[in-house]
Amino acid sequence: MAEIAWREALNQALAEEMERDANVFLMGEEVARYDGAYKVSQGLLAKFGSARVVDTPISELGFAGLGVGAALVGLRPVIEMMTWNFAVLAMDQIVHNAAKVRQMSGGQLRCPIVFRGPNGAGGRLAAQHSQSLEANYAHFPGLKVVAPSTPADAKGLLKASIRDDNPIVFLEAELLYGVKGEVPPGELLLPLGQASLKREGSDCTLITWSRMYYHAEEAARQLEAEGIHVDLLDLRTLKPLDEAAILTSVRKTNRAVIVEEGWSFCGVGAQLVDLIQSQAFDDLDAPVQRVTGLDVNRSYAAVLEHAAEVNPARIVAAVKQVLYREEG
Amino acid sequence: MATEIQLPALSPTMKEGKLLKWLKKEGDAVSSGDAIAEVETDKSNLEVEAYDDGVLLKILVPEGEVAQVGAPIAYLGQKGEKVDLAAAAPKQAAAPTPLPVAKPTAPVAPAPAPRAAPAAPPSAVRSAAAAQVVQLHREGAAPAGGRLRASPLAKRMAQQAGVDLGAVQGSGPQGRIVKRDVQAAMSEPSPARRSSPAVRAEPEVLALSSMRKVIAQRMAEVKPGVPHFYLSVDVDMEAVLALREEAKAAEVKVSVNDFIVKAAAVALHKVPKVNVSLQGDRVLQFHTADVGIAVAIEDGLITPVIRDADFKSLGAIGAEARELAERARRKALKPEEYTGGSVTVSNLGMYGVDAFIAVINPPQASILAVGAVADRVVARDGHPVVRKTMTVTFSGDHRVVDGALGALYLQEVKALLEHPVRLLL
Repeated sequence: MAEIAWREALNQALAEEMERDANVFLMGEEVARYDGAYKVSQGLLAKFGSARVVDTPISELGFAGLGVGAALVGLRPVIEMMTWNFAVLAMDQIVHNAAKVRQMSGGQLRCPIVFRGPNGAGGRLAAQHSQSLEANYAHFPGLKVVAPSTPADAKGLLKASIRDDNPIVFLEAELLYGVKGEVPPGELLLPLGQASLKREGSDCTLITWSRMYYHAEEAARQLEAEGIHVDLLDLRTLKPLDEAAILTSVRKTNRAVIVEEGWSFCGVGAQLVDLIQSQAFDDLDAPVQRVTGLDVNRSYAAVLEHAAEVNPARIVAAVKQVLYREEG
Repeated sequence: MATEIQLPALSPTMKEGKLLKWLKKEGDAVSSGDAIAEVETDKSNLEVEAYDDGVLLKILVPEGEVAQVGAPIAYLGQKGEKVDLAAAAPKQAAAPTPLPVAKPTAPVAPAPAPRAAPAAPPSAVRSAAAAQVVQLHREGAAPAGGRLRASPLAKRMAQQAGVDLGAVQGSGPQGRIVKRDVQAAMSEPSPARRSSPAVRAEPEVLALSSMRKVIAQRMAEVKPGVPHFYLSVDVDMEAVLALREEAKAAEVKVSVNDFIVKAAAVALHKVPKVNVSLQGDRVLQFHTADVGIAVAIEDGLITPVIRDADFKSLGAIGAEARELAERARRKALKPEEYTGGSVTVSNLGMYGVDAFIAVINPPQASILAVGAVADRVVARDGHPVVRKTMTVTFSGDHRVVDGALGALYLQEVKALLEHPVRLLL
């Protein structure tokens, strides 16, 4: 099986869906002539032309609205945000129009649109460009939130997102674009709302998504060396949430640690804790632990940035804590 | 060795207490049960009793000071013994301490109960204030404050496996009992593994109905004290003996009496109105099935109680009964081990007694007098056959139990013993 990078997997997904459906088009800053700020759209302008690969001015609210309008009249726009930090400017279109129009029109209107781009820290991009914003979008009814970790998942879920009739917030990660992984050749469609059990073990359930999967995997490897085996559950989609996968695993292991790049307060992990405590209370042998970014704005200074972020050592410590093992 | 006297939780909500007055001085001899200090709690002023005999070696908390529940307040030991305070000091934060229980000063049971006790649990404390009924947990192992810390999973596992969490030492933070602790307890042989529900239901205090009051009054006029009535029944013991042989083959030690104790407990659930204790003008309705066993000792007898005997396996009851009887003979039983319950099994079968009637052990409401299992000729299908047969005689406190009710209970005991597979289910 071919090992390809994330950016290439996304590129394949876009190209395949644009070939499959003439209503699919890509729009955003630098997506066309520059081939994308992160080269996700490499070659798409040449292949599909400027009517379907559209450069926009630096105006997130404007082109997000353009995308919503296009979706309402039957197209399937993919709107690239250079980063999700910039999409804060487009929140009005995403949460007030895209998320609500189907319900407010009594089902008469549909908004099949994908907003996608990098989310989370990029490495010394400072406070305004290092945020993990999934909790914001997951909060709103009407939006689906997808946050995959591997190139194969990214490809399969982006294709499914483009075909979905609802507005999708598709979260990538700048630090993942170069990460390679095996992607099966041919058509790859993965259902939204299905978590992936990336590793099996009976001692603890590690729940994560997006880039944190790699930290969790590293922590799981270290724990394995100490004889601690975890279920590593990669949620892939945050909304709809695969509650059954979470509860099945927690009921097996009786413990859970949730790893989230973003901040703790009102984070997605807080929602997961709520699910676990309310549905699996009698199965818990320890309070659920969360490993999150520290509750401060990201520093530009590398040492401070590093101090505030999630790392495998913190995950290992949290797993040992729920297992009531002394930290050596 | 000097032992700590810890500040007991004198009410369910008590977190700390103010030492009002030391009733004993350093150097004073105290006996078990002596009031040693008066403590102001969130509810009232109560006395702290000594658990053991000895000399009050050292007072740690002076009068007027506040101590946390579970914190050591004094040391008890032998005369002349030195207390190593340095070693003791860091323990201040209070390890879980056996939960003592309060008993009201005014006796609630008017019955002539020589050694004691309203059915309320054993006492570490006497109320110095008004006679208020303080409902408290019994059983010894809950930590200070009465709250047992266990993970939800541990509680569920304990309940399913019949492990008494009160007897499990928690290894988690603040002594939280977690999965591995319950697993360890489950792998221990009995009696460490005591099958009983994780949480014991408290008895309910019910008012006597006016009819019941009149009956109680009339019965007491005719028969002062505890007005007894008696019911006897013959029980076919063939099935019990067969099962016992099978248990023996499987190397499980079970006596005939263990079957009777279990049957007495299970029957209490079937006929809950027998599972009561008269307390003055009120009735305690138990929701647990605790059965006393009469044990003859050197100069008398004592009735240790097997708690939750309905939940326990026959093997567990046997092990516990042997252990309790052995300590009873050594006079090493703790008061809480021979109080409570609503019924006692008194068995004189081993002395070849065929049938007898027993005196109720107040404030319990009934007693089963068990005779020997012997070959007797009985009629079966119109023919005389020889069957292993045993006579059981029920004595009931007529103030709270009537003949028909006692008959139902006895019928249930008989049915359980004649179909003992029901005791295994």
